[in-house]
Amino acid sequence: MEPLLLYGATLLTLAGIYAALTLGLNLQWGLTGLMNFGALGFVAAGAYTSALLTAPPSAMHVGGFGWPWFLAWPLAALAGALLALPIGAISLRLRTDYLAMATIGIAEIVRLVARNEDWLTGGPLGITGIPRPFESLGQPWGPVAFLLLVGAVVALLYAMAEATARSPFGRTLRAIRDDEEAAKAAGRNPAAFRLQAFMLGAACMGLAGAMLAHFFKFMGPDALDPVTATFLVWVMLIAGGSGSNRGAILGAVAIWAVWAATDWLAAQLPGELATRAAYVRLFMIGLALQLILLYRPQGLLGTGR
Amino acid sequence: MSQAAGAPALAVEGLTKRFGGVVALDGASFTVQEGSVTGLIGPNGAGKSTAFATIAGFHAPDGGRVALRGRDITGAAPWVLHRAGLARTFQIPRLFVRLSVIENLMVAAPPQSGEILPAPWFARGRIAREEAALRARAEAVLAQLNLSRHADAPASALSGGQKKLVELGRALMSGASLILLDEPAAGVNRTLLREIAHTIAALNREHGITFLLIEHDLDLVAELCHHVYCLAEGRVIASGTMAEVRADPVVAEAYLGMAIEPT
Repeated sequence: MEPLLLYGATLLTLAGIYAALTLGLNLQWGLTGLMNFGALGFVAAGAYTSALLTAPPSAMHVGGFGWPWFLAWPLAALAGALLALPIGAISLRLRTDYLAMATIGIAEIVRLVARNEDWLTGGPLGITGIPRPFESLGQPWGPVAFLLLVGAVVALLYAMAEATARSPFGRTLRAIRDDEEAAKAAGRNPAAFRLQAFMLGAACMGLAGAMLAHFFKFMGPDALDPVTATFLVWVMLIAGGSGSNRGAILGAVAIWAVWAATDWLAAQLPGELATRAAYVRLFMIGLALQLILLYRPQGLLGTGR
Repeated sequence: MSQAAGAPALAVEGLTKRFGGVVALDGASFTVQEGSVTGLIGPNGAGKSTAFATIAGFHAPDGGRVALRGRDITGAAPWVLHRAGLARTFQIPRLFVRLSVIENLMVAAPPQSGEILPAPWFARGRIAREEAALRARAEAVLAQLNLSRHADAPASALSGGQKKLVELGRALMSGASLILLDEPAAGVNRTLLREIAHTIAALNREHGITFLLIEHDLDLVAELCHHVYCLAEGRVIASGTMAEVRADPVVAEAYLGMAIEPT
């Protein structure tokens, strides 16, 4: 019973962290139409911020400062938003497709900084000893309590995202997404609204990064890669239904389940094929997305709006 | 009142706008008197729509000056002008197609407190009250435009003429005292045309809203406009009442044999 409980808790915890990420991307893409292909950068900003603030002191990097997680997580969200500020302030004044390019670039820059600025990030060795909340409860209740914490954060982000989408602020974002020139004529400054939505989504990603770092108890430049931190999040949002916050959560859980299942399937392959598992997994995720879009073009819960 | 006494609602002086080598506006000058309906006519490519876009802050002018009630607004952003009481519509209606008709109007109201984070998360009661008041205002404007029954329809479901009306409705929601209408009658059927003409005249007479309108239907211009400017090749070539402008041989020449007599 216990291994099953632990496996389930791990699966759902990661699905929950992805749900937080996907909710952030939905604020940017689903609600506002901003293409962010650099989720990894904002996840890393939050992950490293929380890691440095909570880890025990180390000679390998600045800090750690041994803070409790509940003080560090809000700052991790802030770190994501602050990273988004200069990118958005510069590129959102231009055409929105430039933002997509800028985010790809910034994600790579963040990765390179993490790898090379040893004094700050511990370089390739990363940051170890990041405490996981509720670990003192032991097995299996520690992981279950952490899962509940992640679930509570996702519930909070969902409530925030829904309130945002239904507010006059959200209505203006949808108007800007529909027709920027008309939004100007209606007296709205598109760049200012887009920047806020971009930062808000990036804050969700930073918070997701913090949860990820505390779940892994480690953060390093190889802990995150564009496939899992950026590509998978897009698959989740598109599969769940862009524009729907519930769809974002469902998509994250469903695609994470497929991802985990492909991991298990790949392990069953004979030796020769198992080495090819990495791209077989990607192929299967792509296939799952194709099937969803074939039978539900608007995504599982998409509004089609 | 901060406005200069006796200053016209809008004064445009030597407005110039180039797109690459093309001179769209070549030192156009005209004024719109407070409380008037003023017409801007001219052949296609005369620079009328460019003039609108440049006045309303959508293009940066290459030269010239624009004053709103004596206040220099040259190059000001559209959202700044919106707050200062200047609104515009588009020649081809640009609605928020994924929003409902009434939402299209509500978005165009003066800035709402529910648009400023973090109010949407914490001040939901106050926002709900403001939204109810805003919705009532939007419903009143829709009633005025005879669009009430379409309030909750998606804007994409409207006919071309109805979209024109929603454009006008959005401008009205801003509370603007000067509205630039780009071809309010283009693509509109005869019945709706009468409706639009009545609405503009009534808004001008009863609410004191000043209009500057671009229009190719010269009978409509004659009916609505107190004063008319004819633009050609980016310059004002004639002005006066519609009858005076119509009689001006320079105008007939600019239209290059185009029938400008009523049919």
